[in-house]
Amino acid sequence: MNEPQKSSPSVDEWYKKIDELVTRPIQLMEVCGTHTVAISRFGLRSRLPKQLKLLSGPGCPVCVTPTSVIDALIALCRLPNITIATFGDMLRVPGSVSSLQEERATGKQILVTYSPLEALDFAKAHPEHIVVFAGVGFETTLPVLAATIIRAREQQLANFFVVMSGRLAPPAMMTLLESNDVRIDGFICPGHVSSVIGSKPYEPIASKYRVPCVITGFEAKDILEGVYLLVEQIEQQRASVEIQYKRAVPEAGNPQALAAMERVFRVCDAAWRGIGLMPNSGMELNDEFSAFDALKRFGITLPEANAMPTGCQCGEVMRGIKTPPECPLFGNGCTPARPVGPCMVSTEGSCAAYYRYGSGE
Amino acid sequence: MLHDETILLDHGEGGAATARLVEQLFFQHFGSSGVPEDATILPGAERIAITTDSFVVRPVEFPGGDIGKLSVCGTVNDLVVMGAIPQYLTAGFLLEEGLEIALLDRIVASMSKTAQAAGVRIVAGDTKVVGKGDADRIFINTTGIGFVPEQRLLSSASCQPGDVILISGSIGEHGIAVMVARESFGISGDLVSDCQPLHDLAEALLDAVPTVRCMRDPTRGGVATTLLEIATASKVGMELREEYLPIRRPVQSACDLLGLDPLYVACEGRFLAVVPPEAAERALQALRNHPKGAGAQIIGEVVDFPKKLLLKTRAGGKRPLIALEGAQLPRIC
Amino acid sequence: MCLAVPGIIRSITDGLAKVDFGGVEREIALDLLPEAKVGEYILAHAGFALQTLDVEEAEELLALFREIEEAIDAEQRS
Repeated sequence: MNEPQKSSPSVDEWYKKIDELVTRPIQLMEVCGTHTVAISRFGLRSRLPKQLKLLSGPGCPVCVTPTSVIDALIALCRLPNITIATFGDMLRVPGSVSSLQEERATGKQILVTYSPLEALDFAKAHPEHIVVFAGVGFETTLPVLAATIIRAREQQLANFFVVMSGRLAPPAMMTLLESNDVRIDGFICPGHVSSVIGSKPYEPIASKYRVPCVITGFEAKDILEGVYLLVEQIEQQRASVEIQYKRAVPEAGNPQALAAMERVFRVCDAAWRGIGLMPNSGMELNDEFSAFDALKRFGITLPEANAMPTGCQCGEVMRGIKTPPECPLFGNGCTPARPVGPCMVSTEGSCAAYYRYGSGE
Repeated sequence: MLHDETILLDHGEGGAATARLVEQLFFQHFGSSGVPEDATILPGAERIAITTDSFVVRPVEFPGGDIGKLSVCGTVNDLVVMGAIPQYLTAGFLLEEGLEIALLDRIVASMSKTAQAAGVRIVAGDTKVVGKGDADRIFINTTGIGFVPEQRLLSSASCQPGDVILISGSIGEHGIAVMVARESFGISGDLVSDCQPLHDLAEALLDAVPTVRCMRDPTRGGVATTLLEIATASKVGMELREEYLPIRRPVQSACDLLGLDPLYVACEGRFLAVVPPEAAERALQALRNHPKGAGAQIIGEVVDFPKKLLLKTRAGGKRPLIALEGAQLPRIC
Repeated sequence: MCLAVPGIIRSITDGLAKVDFGGVEREIALDLLPEAKVGEYILAHAGFALQTLDVEEAEELLALFREIEEAIDAEQRS
């Protein structure tokens, strides 16, 4: 067999290159649940040098959604004629009294969709129903939600609403650095968020906080190359924003997607489950599109973000202070079947990824 | 065929409508001994295997099969993997008021055809009709009876370190085909259920390798869940190699789109077999020489760390596979 | 954080693209990527195209898929 032309190092070569480069204890944080899952799934930790630690940050939009948002969705689905449309991961997230899955079992209308456009189609086909989409997501999903809402306006749909709980990654990363809870030597920056926002929003992290950032893809080789580039910067005491995932991330991101977000939403302070309020880290409907706000339309008020359940350390986990197995509840009262904290619920949650794939150490 | 338009509550009440349904629909397909009895007395055999399963699937017709075919394959395969030669099936039907007769006819015809192909006779049955909304169109329960040849002793508790794990064909076909047919995810492609009876393939394997330790069909929960059950029963560990797993590209792509892991997606026409190392190549050839086993692969081996299932990934790492708590949900975030 | 999948645009009608994701097809809205063309690789998330993919790099990925497939095929035939 002919050896295929190799344009980039193999997985094994990357391990070797990283091994040769690391001279000191290094802590890198990934702030993207898909990275958390990929790192566990590929079993990368088991082959990285002991001195190199990968921390999982708050990268799962489902996990960081406050209980109050779930409670609001549940309150809505209990009203007559309302169908809640949602991505599958939201189904099992516990609110303060129940989850959307439990509500569905009692006959409430919960529609699991792949795309919010399916919810739009459902609203069009069932004008007698009111459809409320659970608008959860980071910068990858926010333009999708914006485009959907713009379509709903163009189609003059009177029965389509959203509960918004949008979150922004770079402000959260900066808040984590400000808090000084944990030493972060470099960020593995989220690939798909960056497809939308590009590399510029990370610049202050490198320039102001002197923490290197590498926007990274999701194949094993991508992640290893991202780690390598970060280690290289750290060892050379540089801090800049690099793009490893060049095939999907232009420096400018996607201007149309950004424009759609800007047209429909505005930046707001937002509560992150387990972490608390972070300034400028959320997105909500702006005045022009506030008619789509289900909470306003149906007079639902979001109660104050609840405290975390007793013993739950999702907050520490999401800030990288603790690894999931260090939480006393992990696998011991808190499992994907009966999640106590949000990180155990979503497939992308750090705890669920560790539970399912193991720490790989 | 029965000329009634839809199933009514009457069809389950035991009167003329029930008799009509039984005689003009079920007996047309399954045949009848002519004498209505509450039970059928079967000619005996020394080692009888018996199993029962209920089938609820939405949609009831999907690419590659329907609930009728599934209800035969599922039960036949449960017998087959015990080394039994399937002989008889019973069929219990729970029908929802309003079910179209034409659909029921297709389902029952499909059951009959599959039963014939699997060499089993449907020898007893029951029908109940429930009100609109009290069931989801049609539920079927089948009980299967098979005879196990004297010398055969297959057991999930008999695997030993060094044994080799085989799968008879590609993974995840049924679960993905049904999910894509059920939900409005808008995904299309070459996604067809693998639903088929495996009596002949199992016989071919057992003829070639009488020392097979155990066979299991990886239905609900998929390959990972089933192997974990075997590992637990045998108090051994298992190590799979990701690059050996036969997963067709459309199945992998659909899983990627929906955020699912094919190792946990159901198969309905495959079995896992664990064989002693010296028999591995012979087992593989026996499977591949049969049309239903053309895609067979050696996927891993039994190892000596109790009850753990490890996957050696393409990237060279290892990750444990654990039992999932519930169904995988399509995810986007 | 966000699952996004690469695919290739087979056709476009009224801002809706038919996209091939490695053997399965789905319609993907081009609202956020109106300049996308037939034959281009895109990254799709929740039913919308978010970004075009660098063809050479995407081809490299697809070649990797093919390599894996061929390896499986070869093994099945051996």
